[in-house]
Amino acid sequence: MTAAGTTLLAIGTKKGLWLASSSDRENWTLSEPKFLMEEIPSIGIDTRGSRTRLFVGRMSWHFGPCIAHSDDLGETWAEPQEGGIRFGADDGEALERIWQIQPDSEDRPGVVWAGCQPISVWKSVDHGETFELNRGLWDHPHRSRWGAGFGGAAAHTVLPSPADETIHVAMSTGGVYRSDDGGTSWQPRNSGISAYFMPDPNPEFGQCVHRVARDVDPDHLFAQNHHGVYRSMDRGDSWQSIAAGLPADFGFVMLSHPHRSGTAWVIPLKADGERIPPDGRLMVHRTEDSGTTWEATAAGLPAADYNAVLRDAACVDTALIPGVYFGTRGGTVYASADEGRSFREVASHLPDVLSVRAAVVPA
Amino acid sequence: MYSVTVLIPTLLRPYLDGRSEIGVEPPPRGDLSSVLDALCEGRPLLGQRIREETGALRRYVNIFVDGEDVRRLDGLGTEVPPGATVMIVQSVAGG
Repeated sequence: MTAAGTTLLAIGTKKGLWLASSSDRENWTLSEPKFLMEEIPSIGIDTRGSRTRLFVGRMSWHFGPCIAHSDDLGETWAEPQEGGIRFGADDGEALERIWQIQPDSEDRPGVVWAGCQPISVWKSVDHGETFELNRGLWDHPHRSRWGAGFGGAAAHTVLPSPADETIHVAMSTGGVYRSDDGGTSWQPRNSGISAYFMPDPNPEFGQCVHRVARDVDPDHLFAQNHHGVYRSMDRGDSWQSIAAGLPADFGFVMLSHPHRSGTAWVIPLKADGERIPPDGRLMVHRTEDSGTTWEATAAGLPAADYNAVLRDAACVDTALIPGVYFGTRGGTVYASADEGRSFREVASHLPDVLSVRAAVVPA
Repeated sequence: MYSVTVLIPTLLRPYLDGRSEIGVEPPPRGDLSSVLDALCEGRPLLGQRIREETGALRRYVNIFVDGEDVRRLDGLGTEVPPGATVMIVQSVAGG
């Protein structure tokens, strides 16, 4: 069940944005594409307060990246004339891609974070009208030694804690960093996460973390790594493998339950060198005990699928019984109204799905 | 002050109220950079689509001055004589 209202599912692809809506999360209406021929690698839906603001990170291969927002559920869009996500002339860099747009918690209503390529974190305190580069991370002495994943050198995950001034950032390939002071200073937090591709497989930083999700207990985290699935029960101070029971420890997706501690979802891929669902069988795996055990479901998913699911191409909504959503690089989008026990197709034959976000919005 | 004509590609016309060409009067420095500065004065989003924050011309944006690709000339320093036509066009890239 959802709260009163419509569930909006925003689907960012390699060639535009589609919006799907549903009153029951089972029957969906799909819009015409917006921003056709632009990549939409990031979406944020900010439902705090009385207004729903939809954000997209746009990427035109010709005319560059930008952030845009809509206050009418995607009918019209605005770009900041000044103060968008742009480096200063003295920074010597140009924005390449906006990887994540993350509204902060309810008690910080104007704050919106963005994780970007080149590796950088940006903060807005005015509901996403203007953004400022986080200098603590940008000037970090480790920055010159952070590497690039295949998709680019990006801060792809920004996780502000609703409990305090803690923020976690994850980057490929820099690993997990934590700030305890709202973003002023940052420390690597990768103890226990392997970097098998480096001479020292247990470095202080440099891990290729694909996605980190925060549990409803804000001290608990889950991480899907470039080979390796982990949890931390101490804010990232230490990480333990929770890959046992999964068919593979590679993948990009990590989702956590918005209301119930210990529940998370992953969508494994076979391996670094074979980025397809294991045995060509697309499956979602759910844990309800913080990764001690996993349960697989393929209900409603195709018998064979050789497409990967990217890190931002999966999400949960915040309904009492949360919906789970994901899209594949083959352009099919699935939705579950029962916490990932069964799925239904929302759309198919779209361009590669890069990002999905869902929220209950006023009808 | 002198005048040049700038031809605008379809995807950038929304930043110019739909116009396909516009006359601009850059200061007499006479290079492409000054022409773009004049074109984008008061139109920051148009400027961001053409040049990166570093000032560099975006990789897949091509500009021709009187039919010559500026990347084969002096880039943003290419001389733009009075009466010239500056054509901005997205490159034939993509899949």
